[in-house]
Amino acid sequence: MYEVRERANGFARRWFLQQCGVGLGAVALRQLLQASDPMAPKQPHHEPTAKNVIFLFMGGGPSHLELFDHKPALAKHEGTLPPADLLEGYRAAFIDPNSTLLGPKFKFSRHGESGADLSELVPHTASIVDEIAIVKSLVTDAFNHAPAQVMMSTGTQQFGRPSMGSWTLYGLGSESRDLPGFVVFSSGQKGPSGGNANWGSGFLPSMYQGVQFRTSGDPVLYLSNPPGVDRELQRASLDSIGRLNRMRLLDVGDPEIETRINSFEMAYRMQASTPELMDLSQEPAHVLEMYGAKPGKPSFANNCILARRLVERGVRFVELFHESWDQHGDLIGGLTQNCKDTDQPSAALVKDLKQRGLLEDTLVLWGGEFGRTPMVQGGTDDGRDHHPNAFTMWMAGGGIKPGATLGRTDELGFNVVEDPVHVHDLHATLLHALGFDHTKLTYRFQGRDFRLTDVAGWVVQELLA
Amino acid sequence: MRRAFLPAGLAILALPSFAVDFKTEVEPIFRENCYACHGEHVQQGQLRLDSRSVALAAGPSGQRLVAHRPEESSLYRRVAGLGDAPRMPMGGELSPEEIAKIRAWIEQGANWPTSSGTEDGLNQHWAFLAPRRAKPPAPGGNAANPIDGFVRARLAAEGLEPSPRASRETLARRLSLDLTGLPPTVQEVEAFVDDDGPDAYGRLVDRLLASPHFGERWGRIWLDAARYADSDGFEKDKPRQVWFYRDWVVNAFNADMPYDHFVVEQIAGDLLPGAGQDERVATGFLRNSMINEEGGTDPEQFRMEAMFDRMDAIGKAVLGLTVQCAQCHDHKYDPLTQRDYYRMFAFINGAHESMQAVYTREEQRLRHEILSQIREIEQGLRERMPDWRERMAAWEAREAGRQPEWQVLDASIKLGSGEKYEVLPDKSILAQGYAPTRSVVNPEALLQPGMVRAFRLELLMDPRLRLGGPGRSFRGTAALTEFSVEVAPASSPEKERKWRKLAVSRATADVNPEFSWLDPFLFPDKEGKRRILGDVGFAIDGFDMSAWSIDGGPGRRNQPSKAVFELAKPFTAEEPMLVKFHLSMKHGGYNSDDNQSLNLGRFRLSVTDAKGAEADPLPTQVRALVEQGEGPSRTREEVAAVFSEWRKTVGEWAEANRRIEELWARHPEGASQLTLKERDEPRMTSILQRGDFLRPTEAVQAGVPGFLHGLDAHADVPPRLAFARWLVDRRAPTTARAIVNRIWQGHFGTGIVETSEDFGRQAADPTHPDLLDWLAVELMENGWSLKHIHRLVVTSDTYRQTSRVTPTLLTADPRNRLLARASRFRVEGELVRDIALASSGLLTRAIGGPPMYPPAPEFLFLPPISYGPKRWYTATGTERYRRSLYAFRYRSVPFPVLTTFDTPTGNFSCVKRDRSNTPLQALVTLNETVFVEAARALARRTLDQGGASDAARIDFAFRSVLARRPGDGERSELRALLDDQRGRLNTGELEADLLAYGEPRDQASADASELAAWTALSRVVLNLDESITRE
Repeated sequence: MYEVRERANGFARRWFLQQCGVGLGAVALRQLLQASDPMAPKQPHHEPTAKNVIFLFMGGGPSHLELFDHKPALAKHEGTLPPADLLEGYRAAFIDPNSTLLGPKFKFSRHGESGADLSELVPHTASIVDEIAIVKSLVTDAFNHAPAQVMMSTGTQQFGRPSMGSWTLYGLGSESRDLPGFVVFSSGQKGPSGGNANWGSGFLPSMYQGVQFRTSGDPVLYLSNPPGVDRELQRASLDSIGRLNRMRLLDVGDPEIETRINSFEMAYRMQASTPELMDLSQEPAHVLEMYGAKPGKPSFANNCILARRLVERGVRFVELFHESWDQHGDLIGGLTQNCKDTDQPSAALVKDLKQRGLLEDTLVLWGGEFGRTPMVQGGTDDGRDHHPNAFTMWMAGGGIKPGATLGRTDELGFNVVEDPVHVHDLHATLLHALGFDHTKLTYRFQGRDFRLTDVAGWVVQELLA
Repeated sequence: MRRAFLPAGLAILALPSFAVDFKTEVEPIFRENCYACHGEHVQQGQLRLDSRSVALAAGPSGQRLVAHRPEESSLYRRVAGLGDAPRMPMGGELSPEEIAKIRAWIEQGANWPTSSGTEDGLNQHWAFLAPRRAKPPAPGGNAANPIDGFVRARLAAEGLEPSPRASRETLARRLSLDLTGLPPTVQEVEAFVDDDGPDAYGRLVDRLLASPHFGERWGRIWLDAARYADSDGFEKDKPRQVWFYRDWVVNAFNADMPYDHFVVEQIAGDLLPGAGQDERVATGFLRNSMINEEGGTDPEQFRMEAMFDRMDAIGKAVLGLTVQCAQCHDHKYDPLTQRDYYRMFAFINGAHESMQAVYTREEQRLRHEILSQIREIEQGLRERMPDWRERMAAWEAREAGRQPEWQVLDASIKLGSGEKYEVLPDKSILAQGYAPTRSVVNPEALLQPGMVRAFRLELLMDPRLRLGGPGRSFRGTAALTEFSVEVAPASSPEKERKWRKLAVSRATADVNPEFSWLDPFLFPDKEGKRRILGDVGFAIDGFDMSAWSIDGGPGRRNQPSKAVFELAKPFTAEEPMLVKFHLSMKHGGYNSDDNQSLNLGRFRLSVTDAKGAEADPLPTQVRALVEQGEGPSRTREEVAAVFSEWRKTVGEWAEANRRIEELWARHPEGASQLTLKERDEPRMTSILQRGDFLRPTEAVQAGVPGFLHGLDAHADVPPRLAFARWLVDRRAPTTARAIVNRIWQGHFGTGIVETSEDFGRQAADPTHPDLLDWLAVELMENGWSLKHIHRLVVTSDTYRQTSRVTPTLLTADPRNRLLARASRFRVEGELVRDIALASSGLLTRAIGGPPMYPPAPEFLFLPPISYGPKRWYTATGTERYRRSLYAFRYRSVPFPVLTTFDTPTGNFSCVKRDRSNTPLQALVTLNETVFVEAARALARRTLDQGGASDAARIDFAFRSVLARRPGDGERSELRALLDDQRGRLNTGELEADLLAYGEPRDQASADASELAAWTALSRVVLNLDESITRE
C-alpha cells in the first residue's frame, strides 16, 4: 500500500513539473504559485525602520488629563464653567458640554532625562520614559466609541475599510510560516466597541484580517483535534488528504489544489507550534515578574509577553485590546485599576523588547480612541465624558525618536495648540516607519485607489529618530 | 519657425520671444505622441487631446492647461517629468524642443483656436448607454445556445478551443451546487447518469430550478448585497428580528418574482397600492443598515450613516455603480456629482426608521380567526339587544365632558445617562439612542402659580420606537417602577434649591395588567431577584421590586396609554415653581448591551386642578368621538370602536366580555421586522459638505443624475416609489447588466465584468460585452425572469465543459476569463458547511423561520471578546443541522465557521465575495464540532446503507460527498487509511468511543470500533479539496 501512495505522490509531482513545468517554464510556474501566495514577504517603498508593530489599544478612551497631560490650570479652574468660545460647535456624547471643569485627580512629576511630566498612576511607564515618544496632541473625528475605534483602526469612521494590521500585511506579507501574520488579543472588562471591524480586512483579501488568539482554552479557534483524534491520526489523516488531493491535482491540474495542500500542512504546523507559543510557563520567573504575569491566568500582562513571543516568531502585527478606559464615573478607582493592570506590563514589554534587541525594528504603540473632557460628568466629581479634540498616545521603538515629547494642549487640555497629530498623521507615520509612502500603499476597489490615510495624513517627522 | 539648431538648454530661455502657433507647432506634437491614448477612440484618464473642450477642461487630477502658468498645468508637468506622476508620453519622452514649445505655448496663454481640433466631448462610457441586443455569432453555424455563440467567437479569435463536456457525475454535482447550494444525493446522481431519455439534462435543470433550495442558494447571494445580519452592529450589536425579510427574499427567488418587482418592493413596497405585510417586509432591504445605540450617540448622526449605507447598497446591489464617493464630493471618475447624490438621497429620505409586528402565515390565520370571532360576538350582542344604539348613546352622553382640563407641561430632561431626549412639537419627549436598562429620568418643567391636584403621564406612540412604542422594550412596551414628584421655587439658585416632595395618594391608568412575575429570561436580574408587574398602583407603592406594566398583551400592546397621579393634598403654587418628576424605570434586565430595556419611549406630562381626576379609560380616538357626540357622519368603524369600549361597561355582558378577553389572550405574539414607513411630512434634503450631517449647504429636490435615463414623474406617485421604478426602468443602462453579470459570476466564478460592484468608467472591461448586453436584454424581454437567465446559462455548452486545467489553458488564460473550460472554485462558506451536512445525511431541510444558533465557542459571545455578553442558545436536535443560511449573524462577533470562508459580516453591501484558501479553513473542516459530527454521521450512514464490503462502503462514502466514484488510487488510499486505523483501534491506541461518539460510553457498543474507523475515513473524505470545490 505504501507503494501505491508513493506512486501517487510521485505522479502528481512529476506531472506538475513536466506537464505544467514544460508548458509554462519553471520560472513562470513559480511565479504563478507565488502569485497565489499573497503572504509572501514583500519589499516596501523605502528602507523601513520597523518590521513589526505591537499596538496596545486602550479601548474606551483613557483620560489624558490623569495620565500624561499635566494641567495645573485645570485644578485652578475646577468648578467653573469652561469659556463659552471653547464650546462653540462642540458636541459631547453624554454631558451637556456646559458643565463645570474638573481638576486632575492625580499628582504628576518629572521623569528621566527627557523630564517628561507623568502621573503617579504610571510609575513603570515613567521608568521607560526615555525610550518612548509621547504625543500629547492626538486629534480624532469621532466621539462615540465604535466609530472612534474604527477610525483609529481603519482611518475612517465607516465600517468596511481595512485595518492598520491588514494594510501592513498587505504591504509587507508575513515572515511567519506557522502563524498568522496579524494576531489580536483582548483583555479588560469588555470587548472592543468596534468589534471585529477593528481588525477586519475590509475590501482587502480576507487573509489579511487579524486572527484572534486567546489565553485560555484553544488559543486559536478549532486548533485542537476532535475527541478521539490523537496526533498520529491527525497526521495520518492529513497524509491521506494530501495524497488524495495530489491525485486530484493530477487529474484536473488546478494549482489551487496545491495551495489547499499547503494550507492543511500549515494548519498542522500551527497545531503543533501554537500551544508551545502560548505556554508562558516556559518563561523564566524574572520575566514573568517583570511583566507581572501569571501563567494560566488571562491578563493584559500575559498578552504582552505573548506579543513579544509572536514578534520573535515573525508575526508582523500584534494588537492587544484592553477595553476598560471609559470612565464616565469612577474615574479615580477605574484609572487606578487600569493602570495597575497595564502600566507595568506595557513598560516591561518595551524593556524586554529592548533587551532582546527587538525594539529596534518593533514599533510599540500605546493609546485609545479619544481622550476625556476637562469637564466633569456626574454629580460626584469622579467622571469625564468622551473628548475627541485632544488625547495622548505614546510610541516606542521601530525608528521612533526615544525620549521625545510632541504637541501641546491648551491650559485646560481641551484643544491642541501645538503640533496637532490627527489619526491620519499617526497612520502615515506608522506606515512610514514600515517603509511605505502612505499615499502609495493603495488598493483599488470600486474603481478607486484606497489608502489607510484616505486623502489626508502627514508623516510626523519630529517623531522619527 | 523652426528653432531646431538651438541647444536644448537654451531653447527654454530663448523661446518666449517667439509666438508659438498651435496649429502648426503644438497640435502636430499631440497628434504624433498623444492621440493614440488620448484621442478619438481611446481616452485614458478621461483626456482627449484632439478635443479643445476636453483638453481645456479640468481633468480628474486638476487643470490640464492653465494659461500663462505651465508649472500649474498638469499637461506640462507630465510631459516635462515634474512631480510624482508618471512622465508622459508613456514609454518615451518628448524631445526638449517639443517640451519647450509646449511650455512656451502655455506661457503665451495656451491659445487653442476654435478652428483646431474637435469640440466633441468624451466618449460615452459603454455602461451608461442602454444595452442593445447584438446578434449572437454562430461559429460553425449551429450553436444552439446563443451564449455559446458569443463565447466561442471570442475563443476562436484567441485561437482557443472549447473543452469537452464534463462527466455526468460532475455535471450533476455542479448543477446541484450552483442552483441549490447542496450536493446531489447518490440516488440523484445515479438517476441522472442512467437517464437515457431525451434532454435528461434539461429535466435535471428544471427540477433544480423548481427546488425550494434554489431560493435559499440565490437568496443568500442577494442577502450579501442586502448586507443582511441579525444584529445591529456597532458597539452594542443587539439582536434584531429581520428574518421575515430573509424569508421574503428566499420566497421571491423561489417564485421567480420578476426582478423589477423584486427591486421595487424592496425600495418602496410599503408605498405600493394595497401593500400588505409582505410588501412592507420587503423594505427591510433598506433597513438592514447598522444601528448605533451606544451611550451618547446622536440619533440623527447615525440615521444619516444608515442613509449613506442605503445609498451604497442601492448603488452596488441594483445599479452596479459606486455612488459612495459622491457623498463628499463629485465622483472623480464617473459623471455623478455630489448634487446628483443628494438628489437621489432625497427620494429615500422621507421615511421613518420603523419596526412593525409581523406574523407567519399560520399566525395570520389565527389572528384573522380571533378578530373575526370577536366581531361575531359583538355582532351577537347587538342582535340580542335591539335598542343598543339608544343605550350606547345614553352612555356616551353620561361619559362626555367627564374628563378634566389638562394643562400640558413644557418638560425637558437633563443629559447624563447617554440616552437622548427629543422634545416634539406636542411637548412630548421621545427617548432615543442608548437605552439604559435601569434608570431614573427627571423631566423638569415650570409650573405657573395656581393649584395642582393631579399629574397625568401620557405614553404615546411614535414610528421610531420599536413596534411604534409607547415603550422602548423590544416589544414596544415599558414598565414604570416608581413615580414621584417634587417642587421647588423657580427663583431659588440651582445649588441651593430645596425640593419638596408632593405625596401621591391615588393612581389610575387605562391599562392595568394583572399581577405577574417579570420574565427573568427576557429581563434578568443580576442578583436573581424576582420582580413583579401589575397595575398602576405598583408605581406609587414605594417598592422597587414592583412596577406598573404598560403592556396590553399580544395584539393590544402597542397602543397609547395614560396614568393619573392624584396628590394627597392639593398643592398651590404661590410663585412660579419648578416641578421635577422622578420616573423610575428599574425593571429592565442587567445587560444594556442586549434588548433588556423597559423604559418609557415617548411621554408627556400634564397637570390639572380638577378634583378626583382619573385616567381616561377610553382610547384617545374613542374619547374624541364621544366628546363629538353621535352624528350621521360617524363611520361604521367609528361606531364599532365606540361599541367595543361601551360593551365593557355593560354589566349583563360580562360573560361575552370575558370570552372576548380570552380570545385576545390567544392572540399570537408574532415577531418584528425593521421596515420603512413614509413620514407625513417629507424631510428636507441638503447637500452635505464633505458628507458631514452638521454641515448642510444647499437644499435639493429629489431627482436623478443626468447621465442616466430620465425619470417619468407622476404627481400622484410617491417619490420613493417613482425612484424604485426608475431603478428598474427598461431604459436603465446598468440595472439589468449588473444582475445578469452577478448570475454569471455565480456560475463561472467571475463576472463578464469582473468588478461586479462597479460598471462605471473605472470598471474592468467586459470580456464579452455583446454577451453581457444580450443577456441583459434577454432578461428584460422575458419579464425580468432570473430563472430564465439561469436556465440559459446552465444549459449552454460553455457551462457544461469540463473544468480540467490543461497546461495550454493555464498559460493562455490562467484565470479562465475566456471560458475555454468551465471554472473550478471553492464553494462559499455556507456551502462548505451545508455540503458536510447534506452529504452525511444530517441536513435539516426546513425552509425559513427564526435564525438558529449552531455550536460555537461560548467565549466569543462574552467579554473581553464580545463588547457585552451576547445570547447564544446553541441549537440541539434537528435545528442544529439547518442550512448555514439560518445561522444567527452577529455583526461584531460573526459565526466563525462562515467568516473563515469569507462570508461577509453584513456591515456593508457586498456583491462579490473573496475566495481565500487558508490554514484556518483547514482547522474548521478538520476540527469544528459540526464537521466532526458530520464525519460520524457519514460513517454511520455508510455502515447502514453503503453495502457489505469495504470496497462498496468506500465507494458509498466517497460518492455521498463527491458524487463520483473513487479511482483505483483513491480507493487504495482510503482502504489503507481504514486498515491502519482499525489496527490502532484494535490495539486500543485509539479510543473508539471518543472517535465514534465524541464521548466515552458506559457500554461499549459492538460496532464502536468499526464506526470509529469509518469516522476517520469519512473525515478525510469531507476534508478533500474537491469536497468543498465546485468542479
